[in-house]
Amino acid sequence: MLELKDISLSVENKANILNKVNLKLLDKKIYVITGPNGSGKSSLARIIMGISTPTAGNIIFNGQDITQLDITQRAHLGIGYAFQSPPRFKGIKVRELLNLSMSSGSGEDKICDLLYSVGLCSQEYLDRDMDASLSGGEIKRIEIASILARNLKLAVFDEPEAGIDLWSFNRLAETFKEMHEKTNATIVLISHQEKILELADEIILVANGGIERNIPKEDILRKGFIDDKCKCRANCGKAGDKNAECIG
Amino acid sequence: MLNALDNLMLEKVADMHDIPKGAYNIRKNGEGIQKNTTENIDIITKKDRPGIDVIIKPNTKKESVYIPVIVTEQGITDVVYNTFEIGENADVEIIAGCGIHNSGDNKSQHDGIHEFFINKGAHIKYIEKHYGQGEGTGKKVLNPKTIIHAKENTTVELELIQIMGIDNTVRDTEIQLYDGAKLIITERLLTNIEQKAKSNITVELLGENSSAQIISRSVAQGKSEQTYYFDLIGKNKCRGHIQCDAIIMDDAVITSTPKISAHHSDAQLVHEAAIGKLESVQLIKLMSIGLTEKEAEDTILKGFLK
Repeated sequence: MLELKDISLSVENKANILNKVNLKLLDKKIYVITGPNGSGKSSLARIIMGISTPTAGNIIFNGQDITQLDITQRAHLGIGYAFQSPPRFKGIKVRELLNLSMSSGSGEDKICDLLYSVGLCSQEYLDRDMDASLSGGEIKRIEIASILARNLKLAVFDEPEAGIDLWSFNRLAETFKEMHEKTNATIVLISHQEKILELADEIILVANGGIERNIPKEDILRKGFIDDKCKCRANCGKAGDKNAECIG
Repeated sequence: MLNALDNLMLEKVADMHDIPKGAYNIRKNGEGIQKNTTENIDIITKKDRPGIDVIIKPNTKKESVYIPVIVTEQGITDVVYNTFEIGENADVEIIAGCGIHNSGDNKSQHDGIHEFFINKGAHIKYIEKHYGQGEGTGKKVLNPKTIIHAKENTTVELELIQIMGIDNTVRDTEIQLYDGAKLIITERLLTNIEQKAKSNITVELLGENSSAQIISRSVAQGKSEQTYYFDLIGKNKCRGHIQCDAIIMDDAVITSTPKISAHHSDAQLVHEAAIGKLESVQLIKLMSIGLTEKEAEDTILKGFLK
């Protein structure tokens, strides 16, 4: 459903952020992109959404070359992106943002379900402003709800667990499971978390601006690919160094 | 007596879809044209100068007064002096607002000088919307002056909104707060092309446990200019907070001067002022849920100025 062909991204005065990345994603699968900080994971996600433009290569979505399409056009094709650090909006209520996100004709019940699925009480949150009065975790959950609201073919979540407390985290993993079961969307999760990695049909390990390896589901749980503690140590150049921060 | 244009202007500045049921006074092109009073709210036309006295009886609850002004002719300078006497423990809403339709080449101007005497325990919400339209080159000018004396334990909410179309405005707001008086000012301002807007707000926190919160949000587009001068003066144990937020676009200029002065060791005063452009991450977020860049921009600005 999505194919990245020789995608490169470079900025002035900096080495290539992405270097000839090739990647194929299939329908209705869950992919988890993982890898060290600065490896190019978020850049890859932003290129898929059209937020960043690749310096070379092509993006094919369901047979259509979308490399030159802007963010809005890609959104209309059914691509969605949940921000790692979502923006806040002064004067826009949670209800309004979710309404904007939803396909037309969806009612208030749907909004309540959405908030519930990210662990928020709709009565308490619907009329709250999307401003600094919400905590980082609350904003993040609403961001995830705004993606669940859309009838997407491809949903990319950039570190969905960041800023979410441990208590809610298990619920979040369940939410992705439900999304997978109830929709036909291909789900891409950028994450380092074990619980999220376990959801994957395939883990994509990104390092140094390229895809170091794809690990299919059947191998994910096999010993040797994933360290019990950090889940990727066996793939990391710093393996064995107990003080190394293998994954950011 | 009111034509279609008048009705449109009244809707824009006072959300009036019809003649209100309660007390009201409609002023058009320098003259009061329609008025109604109620048992609790009296409106008396001043004899010594243009304007009205609005007298609200003590304990009047949940009533509204509409006092819109419309200017639909060019070349008019209308100055009006309105005085409001709010009785003890009353709880009322006052909807003012001024709309100018100027299709000519001469200036149309309305200067409204409003003075409020708010007695003990009363609560007022005062909404003032300003709006201008018309094809001509004649300037549309509005200069409101609002003076408020808020006595003990009163609550004063001001919503000052300039929607669009005003070429020049100087808003002066002077407020005195006595013991336990609480003030909340919400100011919203949008300017574009070469419009100029100036807002001066001075609040004196005279009484013990008085409090003031000023939340100003504005958007300056085109080559417009906005100037803000907010002054909080704490003369007792009090709390005051100014929050001035502006979005700057195109070639606009915004100057914001928040000032706080404490004359008492228990005065807690805070000011915050920020000017910045539209955040690209906000635009991207809304585009990523399907809005065009223009729709995203409009949605952000509409929310910001709400």
